[in-house]
Formats: sequence, structure tokens, C-alpha cells
Amino acid sequence: MCLAVPGRVESIHDEQGTRMGRVNFGGVVKDVCLAYLPDLDVGDYTIVHVDFAISKIDEASAHETLRTFAELGLLDEGLAELRGEATDGGPTP
Amino acid sequence: MTRPDPPDMSRFTCPAPLADYPHVVLGHGGGGILSRDLIEHVFLPAFTNPLLDRLGDSTVVDLTADLAAGGRLVLSTDSYVVRPLFFPGGSIGDLAVNGTVNDLAMSGGRPRYLTAAFIIEEGLPIETLGDVVTRVGRAAAVAGVQIVTGDTKVVERGHGDGVYITTAGVGIVPPGVRLGPDAVRPGDVVIASGTLGDHGMAIMSVREGLAFEAEIMSDSAPLHGLVAAMLAACPTIRLLRDPTRGGVATSLGEIAVATNLGIEIDEPSLPIRPVVAAACELLGLDPLQVANEGKLLAIVPEASAAAVLAAMHGHEHGRDAVAIGRVVDRHPRRVVMRTAIGATRIVPMPLGEQLPRIC
Amino acid sequence: MKHLAEYRDGDTARRLAAEIGRIVTRPWALMEVCGGQTHSIIRNGVDQLLPPEVELIHGPGCPVCVTPLETIDRALAIAARPGVIFCSFGDMLRVPGSRDNLFAVKARGADVRVVYSPLDAIALAKAHPDREVVFLAIGFETTAPANAMAVKLARQHGLANFSMLVSHVLVPPAIEAIMRSPGNRVSAFLAAGHVCSVMGTWQYPPLAERFRVPIVVTGFEPLDLLEGIRRTVAQLEAGRHEVENAYARVVTERGNEAAQRVIAEVFAPVDRAWRGIGVIPDSGWRLADAYRDFDAEIRFAVGDVTAVESPLCHSGEVLKGTLKPNQCPAFGRECTPRTPLGATMVSSEGACAAYYHAGRFVEPAIAGATHDAS
Repeated sequence: MCLAVPGRVESIHDEQGTRMGRVNFGGVVKDVCLAYLPDLDVGDYTIVHVDFAISKIDEASAHETLRTFAELGLLDEGLAELRGEATDGGPTP
Repeated sequence: MTRPDPPDMSRFTCPAPLADYPHVVLGHGGGGILSRDLIEHVFLPAFTNPLLDRLGDSTVVDLTADLAAGGRLVLSTDSYVVRPLFFPGGSIGDLAVNGTVNDLAMSGGRPRYLTAAFIIEEGLPIETLGDVVTRVGRAAAVAGVQIVTGDTKVVERGHGDGVYITTAGVGIVPPGVRLGPDAVRPGDVVIASGTLGDHGMAIMSVREGLAFEAEIMSDSAPLHGLVAAMLAACPTIRLLRDPTRGGVATSLGEIAVATNLGIEIDEPSLPIRPVVAAACELLGLDPLQVANEGKLLAIVPEASAAAVLAAMHGHEHGRDAVAIGRVVDRHPRRVVMRTAIGATRIVPMPLGEQLPRIC
Repeated sequence: MKHLAEYRDGDTARRLAAEIGRIVTRPWALMEVCGGQTHSIIRNGVDQLLPPEVELIHGPGCPVCVTPLETIDRALAIAARPGVIFCSFGDMLRVPGSRDNLFAVKARGADVRVVYSPLDAIALAKAHPDREVVFLAIGFETTAPANAMAVKLARQHGLANFSMLVSHVLVPPAIEAIMRSPGNRVSAFLAAGHVCSVMGTWQYPPLAERFRVPIVVTGFEPLDLLEGIRRTVAQLEAGRHEVENAYARVVTERGNEAAQRVIAEVFAPVDRAWRGIGVIPDSGWRLADAYRDFDAEIRFAVGDVTAVESPLCHSGEVLKGTLKPNQCPAFGRECTPRTPLGATMVSSEGACAAYYHAGRFVEPAIAGATHDAS
């Protein structure tokens, strides 16, 4: 349902009354309609579907998600280490 | 008073014969004076060599020395119908030479002579034809091959996309070189000579109107020099393939079927330029199914893989060569990929023309 | 690509999968509604990393697959009309109608163009004022803002030669239909992340409550999918049935209100027949009365279209999740991507196509793929 891709807004312009932007998707630059995100600004990241920007990416939220992923399992790994299950011979209780 | 001798017209070449014809007309393919004009003013200057300049119906070439030394003849032909005619990094002219040169090279052949047949659409600007032909000539010079015979036909407007080119090539496979699916064994390493998907995405991006920070360029290039370097490092290379239409997925699929063995490739090891990956992402295409025009896949014995890679890295067309997988005795006739997250999936051959998807 | 590549990390994927394995105690069947999610799951092999207790049932989330046969037949009839430039997303080209498909019609000389966006169709209408330009507007809610804008632009720029054949489908009614379906095994839903980026999540709490199912809004990359599955399994194990947002960097509770306003202006709810499933009330959008002059169905009176489905095709059951593609007797035999019987084998998001291309002819998946449930 929906091949929507994240990109960075490089510039904004008007095309016959419609707000458009040049959006950079990992090096590919395309003209995208920004009419649905009137507050989207240059430098923001957005999700684009069929040349329409439909949502602004919340960078803080993204960092939070990645941080939770990074911590996932670390608690378990830490416990394993404490119990001496680490192969490098961690401290034994 | 005697009348002066009439001027000698036998060697007369009208100084501006094509000025009256800024576009190709049907007469240019008719075999008469207009055809001759086209050949002399457009084709010959671009391809000139002693064999072609004789302009016979056919051309005799002498390969007796190579054959006497134990070499074998290798032949190939291909037609080039790319649209648009010119694209970042290349043109139909480059493809027409390099494509056939590479087909010969995939058998281990050193290309020697090409034929070039042009089917031109009425109305094509002569200047455009000249550009295409110049590129053909330059590509031939870079590849070190001579175009020794050719043909020109003109078809009515609306039948032809500008120009189609068919080239046939003849080369010599050095003695002792025998490449083919029969030699492939489980454990052999699969090597890609460089980044994948560049050519197809260069074309797609022109068609889809994509722009880039750093342009995606077609990788069209002659690979016989690279092949010679590889064979010097390892005379027992099993098989070579150039993954053109249908991409790596098609080539590996064909190899798996021809060898009756399985192939496993490793997604994280696939060399793909980030901007090409991004373009594929955007258009919903699989980079493994996108055409390459200056890359090859090599199947080599495991013990020689390092030496072959070193030889490739020393060559201009092999700098980014990398091992991407291996031949296995599991899942015969299938290509399986280990995905980035450690799962596996089959790599299918594409059905036909890839259509960008939205969802 | 930023905001994409980070969510494909193999190490993290395995740790997420291990976490799911750690918390699961009994079998659960989850449905991902969106075809894009199905495609990503199969393509990346996400389901291979899951413990055997967690089963993913693929939902009817492929708008190409569920476009009614009558609509396809109408599209074919319109495309064959002289003077028409028929525009469509690429996926639709090989979807079989009763007798034909757009690709074949194009091969016979019709002017059928693959477009990447409805804006491309608008550009064609501007460039060819003497031709009728018709756009096949299919999709879930994600594509509706784009299609709505196209119609508004057509009106704004006076493009009388532009029209749309509309077949939008909606997710919440589909969820309801699945839960009411006899033989339903689904206990939880991974909601479609990009649909929700447009519509928000406010439509889902009543569904979660009424049917007592967890609904977790999930993204499309392997880590997003695994995280969505993790949160869903956690809810199921704890006996909760709430709406959660596991795609918060893109989805908000209210969604894109500007888009929702334009959708409400341009479209109106309608009962929609889902190919292979049947009519689901209020499950689609048609052009609102104020915009019906752009409705291709009205502009091109193609008359009554009698749609004939292949009797061998079990797309409907696959779409409802009651049959896995490789359990269909025609799968891989009469029905292949080259000779598709139904839309699910044609669409790149269709479950049957996904299974076929991944070589999943039998369950379980490919030899060599193992996962540890511990």
C-alpha cells in the first residue's frame, strides 16, 4: 500500500499556486508537492508518496526509536555477563 | 581554335552534398548516390581504417596466424535499440561497440573486427546521426577494434526510434582458455567486477525525469582488457557473464540452470552505489534486475579468488570488484540471497520489463 | 538513505526477534493489513526470524489486488476508446480483467501510459488538450490525497479533458470485515503505517475495543515490522487490546488534517466490492457530487460490464488470510506471474506474487533458514 520514501527538503518554490519542493532522497532529487504540509521547511525530512509529501518525519521520535533498539537486549547481555556467561571471562558473582 | 578539354569529373566529390539534406531521407538508404554520400561523409570519417575504406561488399580479414597458434574464433551479434539515444555516461553508439566486444570477452575472446548495420528513421537529423556514428568510432578506437564492414537502411518516419544499430563481432580465444558452465563446481566464488545497476538506472532516470546530486552514469565499457588480466592471474576461471538486460538476477539464474547447481549471494556484500540504491528505492525496482553495460560476473575456483580480485583491482574497470557469493550444491538451479537481516529468499529472474511500482 | 538504512540493521533485527521469542508463550496469528508490509516481510525474510508461535497472516492490503473486476473491465473499455490517453500506476498493467489486461490493450494500439503520480496525468491533460486523459485512481487512503489534489488541480486549471476512474478502498472497514468473517483466526493487527500517516490513528480505538484486538501502527522496514510485532505480541501475552503507535516518527494520532480536509471535499463514502471478498459497506470512496464531472465512469458510458472471474482463482481466500498462496491448488501451476489467474499473482504487493518470487512453494520456507525459538 504504500511505497513512500523519506527525503530531505532542499528548496521550496511555487508552481502556479501550488507549493512544491525539491526533495533529496539519498542523492536522487525530485520535485514534490508540499501542499499538504504547509509548515514543512527546508532541511526537514518528509515521507513522500507518489510525489506528494504526506508527513513530516519527527527526528526526535526517530532518535528515540533507534535508541530503544540499541538498548534492546543490552540489559540481558549485562546480566549474562554478571552471571559469568560471557566468553571473555566476566566477573563471577 | 580547339575546345578545352572538359573538366575531369571522375573524382569529383560535391563539397556540400549533405547541406541540402539536414535530415535523413529515404534516399539515403537506397544504395545510390545519397547512400554513398552518407557513407563517405558520415560513416567513413568516423570509422576509417584500411579494410573499411575499400568499401567492398564484404571484407576479407586475415586471422591465419592466430588460428595457427591454437586460437579459436569466437563470434557474437547484438542489436541496440536503446531509447533515448544519448544518456549520461554513454549513447547507443557506445553500447553498440562495447556490448558486442563484451560478449566476445565473456568467452575469453580478444575482439578484433566488428560489423555495423544501421537502420535509420527518416527524419533523423544528420547531425544526430553524425554524433551517434562518431561515438561508435570512438568506442571502437578505445576498444581497439576495427569496423570493417557495414550496412545502412532507412525506414519511413514513425518506424524506428531514430536509429537502431546491429553489430557483429569476431575475436580470437587464446589457446588453453575454455570457459563454460561445465567447469563450475560447488565452492566456487562469484565475483562482481564493480557497482551494479548503474546503466539501467541512468536510462530509467532520464525516462522518469529524475535528477541527481551526483549524476548516475551508464557504465558502458569494453571489458576484454580486464578479462585478459583476470585470465593471466587465473587461467582456470570457470565462467564469465555480463549482466546486461535483466541484471545480475538473470545472469546468475541462467548460470544456476546451466550448471544444475545452486548459487548463494550475500545482500550486504552487493556493490551498489548509494544513489543507485536510492533511485531503485524510489522507483520500486530491484537493483539485481537492473541492466549493467560495463560489468561482469566471474565464477572462479575458491583457491584463486584472492588472486583474481587483486588482478581486477589493478585494472580500471575492476577497481570495485568484490566477491558476492558462491556456488553451492544446495537448492540446485536456484539463486538464493542472504538478506541484510540474516534471512534468506530466492532471487527470481525478472518476468519482463520492470514497471516502477507505487505500492 | 537516511531514515531508511538505520531500520535494516541485521544485528538489531536478530535482537528484536530474540526478544519476541523471549516473551511469547503460545501461538498467535497477526495480520499485517498493508501489501507494502507483506512485500517487505517476504523480501527481507522477516517472518523467518520469528519464533514459530508467531504467525503472520497477510491481509487484503494490496489495492491493486482488491480493485473490483468490473473496474478493471471498465478501465479496459475506456482505454480502448480512440483518442483516450489512459494513465495508470505500473502495477495495474498486468492485472487480469475478465478477458484482457491493460498491457495487452496497449500492445494492440491503445494509448496506455504508466505514470508514477497523478500529477503526471494532469501534465498530460495540459499537454494534450485535444485528447481525453483518464487516470485510474486506485489505492488506499495513502494515495487519496494525491488523487484528490489531481482533481482539484484539474478544476483549478480548467482541464475539461481530464477525468478519473476511482476505486479507493479503506482500511478500517476491511478490518471489520475480516473480524466478522466466519473462520477468522486473526487476533491482532499491524496497522498500515502510511495509511495512518494520512488518516491518523483515531479511527482504530473503537475497532480495538469492539473486537478486542490489539492494533499496532507499524512501519515497513525490517526493524519497524519487528518492533510492531514485538509490541503486538506483548499486548497479546498481557491480555491487552489497545491501539499503539510503533511508527511515531511518521504517524500522529490526528494524521495529516490538511489532507483529510481535501479528501472529505473531493471524495464521498460508497459501498465497494473488493475483488475476491465481496461488497464491504462504506469501504470505498467515490468522487463527491461536486466533482462528478471528473468521473470517468459517468463521462464514458461503457454500459453494463459483466465480469467473469476464473473459477480456479482463490484470491479472495488469500486476501482474507484463510488460505496461504502456496495452499492454493493453482499456485505455481495454472497460476504464475506469467499466466496470472488473479490480481494477487500480478501485483508486486500481492501475497501470491510475493510467495512465488521468494520461491515459497511449500511451507516452511527455504532450506537453510533456521531460527532459534529460545
